[in-house]
Order: sequence, then C-alpha cells, then structure tokens
Amino acid sequence: MASVDTGGGGGGHKKGPGVKKAKKLSTRIDMTPMVDLGFLLITFFIFTTTMTNPSALKLNMPKDTDKEEEQNKAKESGALTIMLGKGNNVYYYEGQLKVDAAGNNFKVTTMKKIREVILNKKADVLSRYTRNQACIDKKMNEWRTKGIQGKYLKDAEESCEQEDLVVVIKPNEEASYKNTVAALDEMSICRVLKYAMVKITPQENELIKATEAASGVK
Amino acid sequence: MTPFVDVAFLILSFFMLATKFKPPEKVPIESPGSVNSDVLPANDAVMITIDSAGRVFYSVLDEKDPNFKVKVLNKLNELRALNLTKEQMDNFKNVYAIGTPFANLGQFLSASEDQQKVFPEAGIPVLDSATNELVWWINASQKAFSEEKGIKLKEILVKGDGRSKYPVFEGVVSALKRNEEFKYQLVTAQDGVPAGSELDKYNKKPEKN
Repeated sequence: MASVDTGGGGGGHKKGPGVKKAKKLSTRIDMTPMVDLGFLLITFFIFTTTMTNPSALKLNMPKDTDKEEEQNKAKESGALTIMLGKGNNVYYYEGQLKVDAAGNNFKVTTMKKIREVILNKKADVLSRYTRNQACIDKKMNEWRTKGIQGKYLKDAEESCEQEDLVVVIKPNEEASYKNTVAALDEMSICRVLKYAMVKITPQENELIKATEAASGVK
Repeated sequence: MTPFVDVAFLILSFFMLATKFKPPEKVPIESPGSVNSDVLPANDAVMITIDSAGRVFYSVLDEKDPNFKVKVLNKLNELRALNLTKEQMDNFKNVYAIGTPFANLGQFLSASEDQQKVFPEAGIPVLDSATNELVWWINASQKAFSEEKGIKLKEILVKGDGRSKYPVFEGVVSALKRNEEFKYQLVTAQDGVPAGSELDKYNKKPEKN
C-alpha cells in the first residue's frame, strides 16, 4: 500500500524529457471492509444481547403445622381471599365465605381488575385505623434489638396501619404459574405486607367450577 | 466519515463487553414479569426450572467449581442407592439441568452429549407426594453443601414458565417444605413499577428513623 519513492536521486534535479514522474501512491488505507465488518458485529451483538436482566421475587412460605396455637388467625374484617382459576379469571370474597339463600359474597373479576379490589380492601382497613404510637414504637424497638437493617419509620407506620389486613391467595389446579406470580406481584405493587398462599378448599373450587361452567370459560 | 466510524466502534465495544452469554438452556422458559429488582445469585445456588409442559428440571449453579454438582449426585447416589457408576457421575459435570426420573438416570448419564440433547426427558416427578423425587435432589444438595462447603443451602431459585400450571409449582413447594426450606426466590422478568401505585408512593417516602 504505502511505498517509499526511491526514484529520482539528487533532489531538485530536473528529469530529462521522456522520463515519467513516478506516480505518487496514496498512503491512505481503504477502510470500507473493516467498517463493514464492524457494523456486522454491531448487528450481531445487538440481536444477541438481552438487556433485561432476570430479577428475583422473594417468597417466604410458612411451615405446615397442625397445632392450633401456632396457626395465624386473621381478623375477619381485614381478610380478603383471592382465588385463581382457568384463564385470567379471578374470584374473591371478603372475610368468611358465605353462600346461602340470603346472598353470597363470592365475586368474579379478572386479573387486570384485581388491583382495584385489593386497594379498596386496603383503604377499608386503613379507614378504621387510628394512629397507634405504641405499636410503632414497639416495631421500631423490635427491629433495633434484632439488628434488622433497612427498616425505617415509614415501615413501622405502614406495618401498624395494616395490622389487620391479610390477603390469602388460593390458586386452583387450573391456574397458570403466570397468574400465580402476577398475584404475588400485585401484593408488592399494592404494598400488602401480610399475604399467604394457601391450598384451595373443595367448596371454593366447586364454586369456581360452577361459575366457569355458567359463564362458559374455557 | 472517521467520527462516524469511531462512534460505531465505540458501540461495538460496548455491546461486546456488556453481552453475557446465557448458559445453554434445554428448554426455553418464558418467565412472568414482576416489579421486584433483586439480583439473582450465580454461585452456591440451586435452580428448579419448570417448563411450559410442566416438566421439572434441577440444576446446581456453581460457576467457580463445576465439579460440585458431581458431589451432589454422589450424595444422591448414596441416599437412594441408585447404583450409578463413577463414569456416569463424572458425566454429570457437563449437564446443565437434569430432568430425568431416577429410573432413567443411569441411561441418561451414559449417553453422549449429542444423545442427551434428544433424550426424551420426562421431568423430575413432583406431583405425587409419595413419588416426589425432587425431595431427594434437594436433600442431597443440602447434605453436599454442608459437608463439602460447610455452608447451608441458602439460595433456591424457582424459574417457572408462565404457561405452566399451578399444581407443578405446588409440588415443587411441597418438596422444598419437606426439606425445611421456606425461603426461595422466583425468577421473573423485570417490569417497571406502575406510576402512582402504592409501591411507587412508598419508594418516594423519605427514609427517616
């Protein structure tokens, strides 16, 4: 590519007629193939790179226990049970399940609208709460003595105001894993601190099946 | 054109450095999304994978010591008297995720790498509590962790496909429960926090003591 001009010794000496002047070669390199390759690699890396890093959703499950005194009891006024069935259908009831002639509290909604239901329940529990300084102090002390990091006053306040709120998630055997995770995720989005995943009861499952059959859910 | 080429190569080097190639996955998994942003561990962890058909796979994640998973299998061999040969167990080093019931384990591990790719794996049985084989895999891992490394099995990852059904997940959870493991992490794709939601409001609150 680059060459050294050796011809024409004796600088400034005029060449005779008929002696052609050596063609001066350009010292520039043709970079087009390299750039082509560069872009090819860029396209390759753009397509193969997955920018979305997987993240982790932490899940704590309780130990199974038969002892009555070890089981957590939920206040009826603050309990919300969400059941997941076929497709994106979600069934829920507040407090205890009541199905009789006087009317039932078993309701149907979809995955998209469940957030509203949870938030309504939360607002309902919060409306009955009056600031309880003793509870907040107790929580703060507990965290301090146990040396738990990353807990602040806002956490203590929040934990006290939703002392009574418990959401129970019950997927049936046809619920998808996606909706199960979505329901758990909804707990983080709505900041529900107490929730549990529990096995569905046969009565509840029958109600779901009946509702599905009636509304023709496939 | 020079500045343009300069920028192009800058982008190229960025992508080359930022790319981390995925480990070979036997089955493509479509993780559901969640707003959580905790980072996944890559060492000293076990991963339970559920594919869209509900098959369960088990993998021991240890980038530093690829021989560790062989020790897990060794423990399992002792616990369940599987009669695996040493060659079969050494072969396990190259297996990223295992989804074969105990009955076919020897057959699977004797096969060559190419044969393993097409081996019809049924998944580790979890649905019936009497034949839940995942219980033993976790038990063997716990023992291997405490005996070989002197640490407890802390990081348990569950990576499920969104289309799989809940009972399989329940089977996985019950296998973990039977081994006294109550804390685990579900692998999810990261979603943004919806603006104006309770979580969003919480994150914006000051952190005073």
